[in-house]
Amino acid sequence: MGNEILKITDLKRIFRVGNEDVHALNGVSFSVMEGEFVSIMGTSGSGKSTLLNILGCLDRPTSGDYCIDGVSVNTLSKRELSTMRNRKIGFVFQNYNLLARTTAIENVELPLMYNSEVSAKERRERAVEALKAVGLENRMQHLPNQLSGGQQQRVAIARALVNDPVILLADEATGNLDTRTSYEIMSLFQDLHDKGKTIAFVTHEPDIAVFTTRTIKLRDGNIIEDSLVETQSAAKALQEYKEFKI
Amino acid sequence: MNVLNLVKIAIKALLRNKSRAFLTMLGIIIGIASVIAMVSLGQSSTLSVREQLSGMGSNMIMVMPARQMRGGVNMGNSSAKSLDMKDLRALEQNTRYVAHVSPSVSTGAQLVFGSNNHPGQIQGVSPSYLDIRMYKLESGIMFTEEDVKTYNKVCVVGKTVVDNLFTNGENPIGQVVRFGSIPMKIIGVLESKGQNQMGQDQDDIVLAPYTTVQKRFMAITHFNMLFASATSEEESELAATEITYILRANHKIAEGEEDDFDIRTQEELLSTMSSVTQMLTMLLAAIASISLIVGGIGIMNIMYVTVTERTKEIGLRMAIGAQNRDIMLQFLSESVILSLIGGVIGIILGLILSYALSHILSWPYVVSQTAILVSFLVCAATGIFFGWYPAKKAANMDPIAALRYE
Ligand SMILES: Nc1ncnc2c1ncn2[C@@H]1O[C@H](COP(=O)(O)OP(=O)(O)OP(=O)(O)O)[C@@H](O)[C@H]1O
Ligand SMILES: [Mg+2]
Repeated sequence: MGNEILKITDLKRIFRVGNEDVHALNGVSFSVMEGEFVSIMGTSGSGKSTLLNILGCLDRPTSGDYCIDGVSVNTLSKRELSTMRNRKIGFVFQNYNLLARTTAIENVELPLMYNSEVSAKERRERAVEALKAVGLENRMQHLPNQLSGGQQQRVAIARALVNDPVILLADEATGNLDTRTSYEIMSLFQDLHDKGKTIAFVTHEPDIAVFTTRTIKLRDGNIIEDSLVETQSAAKALQEYKEFKI
Repeated sequence: MNVLNLVKIAIKALLRNKSRAFLTMLGIIIGIASVIAMVSLGQSSTLSVREQLSGMGSNMIMVMPARQMRGGVNMGNSSAKSLDMKDLRALEQNTRYVAHVSPSVSTGAQLVFGSNNHPGQIQGVSPSYLDIRMYKLESGIMFTEEDVKTYNKVCVVGKTVVDNLFTNGENPIGQVVRFGSIPMKIIGVLESKGQNQMGQDQDDIVLAPYTTVQKRFMAITHFNMLFASATSEEESELAATEITYILRANHKIAEGEEDDFDIRTQEELLSTMSSVTQMLTMLLAAIASISLIVGGIGIMNIMYVTVTERTKEIGLRMAIGAQNRDIMLQFLSESVILSLIGGVIGIILGLILSYALSHILSWPYVVSQTAILVSFLVCAATGIFFGWYPAKKAANMDPIAALRYE
């Protein structure tokens, strides 16, 4: 195994709602190695999104340690957290979150706009590269409303890839898609994983989790299971699905 | 994110809601247009007053006897006899900044020529009076120092007098008119000057040697007034000081005592006049700037709407690494561009408006570069000031909450 990409120890996240404390995360510890494809599972309200937001430096834990790529996040300022998100993390959301009336290529360029070290030329090149990687090289000038849901999610994945993050974080990335498109997206994630990307993938569908290499199950803010998965091929599943439908 | 990209994003966002952007700008447009129009109209009116005054001789200085107070009773200044020949000589000889001096004595009388008559004023002056007041001869000649010495009964008249006395188109030069019982020969006619800014007819004038008026008409030895001209407009203050100094010495006024004469420079008159128009300009500009504030509030309002509408976008930008500063600048540049475009349109509109108005009023057209520059800066400031809180609101959003916003 390669490097430790992220490591959390006894992570707690408590929300205060009125007079009551909601323990969204109740002391969670695990680490993710380079090249792992982790699915985070659990019922609704079990704390998956809360965990992913902390992993993505969008939120801070109430207590506990979090190290990403060797950097302890707890001590970082707000600015540094933004930079961290910009350089080390790629987010994929359930509802794509593409900018409306903005072409696919411009959407993909967006993260690099906030990185002054990347020139306009390099930005364009890397965006084209990322769109190629998700198979949308011939949809670059399309607007989000001219793309299917699956294609929009591919653009979003390209956007998450464009800054070459150490980890891809996906929250229910297939949640809005039909089975067939979900398989396509999972097949894309598997490709990326094969090329060496580290991925953390939140889902509550077991038949999606089988395409990953490791599953962490949460319940009420606690890990109840952390196991390796007998990984299945999404491409093969897609093939079978197509044949079955016909 | 660099400035160019920020501007691009802002313009793109504004173009997305063209009519909304335009309506928001309208307040700024109206505000700036009226400020520009008011300021440049104010300046044209000042300029037109100045032009008229300098038509009277802008380096002119008037010396009048001071009001005489006797036992607390104001005797007026016409009764005073403090200015006389000695003063005139002193001012003619001992000054550096005084170009010309002329005394003035005047009395009213009926002018008669044949069967025509005209009520007039005969003013006794010296030949240099024409230079001081910037009168020009249309025909004939001005009387000379020689005429002054000999109390010659000659005079120079203005257009109004000619029109009233010589109704049959006679050549007035060489004609003898009677002033009361005294015959006076007309030797020159003055070019028409029209009305002054007080509405007085400057052509209803009869000029004669001051000695003639003093001896033959009034039997006095003092002067009603002295007119002088400074060597240049800039030196009128110096000339006034000089005159004061000489007259005080002549009149043996001890230090600490008040002058027994009043000095008015044209500059003073000019500055009182322009301070009045300036006050008016300021007042109008202040009223106009209220609409600028209203316009600014309009921008603020729309920026709040924009920020709320784009909460999700803000969340996303933050999630992919935008700093708070980037978000802040994005919305600030939007409001600044909005108000600057409004400002530019307003400036153009204001210039057109003031051009049209000064044309109608036949005032000189003034483009106030200061007003344009200040308007531009005010617009930028308005954009920043009124865009600040909405932008701050955007920048302070919690990315997670913003992403979840529906
Ligand atoms: N901002 C918040 N304020 C208060 N409570 C919160 C907040 N965010 C999450 N929670 C609570 O934390 C718990 C975990 O929420 P979380 O969104 O992580 O669940 P989840 O596992 O992602 O669920 P789902 O599968 O429905 O997305 C829930 O009980 C939720 O009510
Ligand atoms: Mg969730």
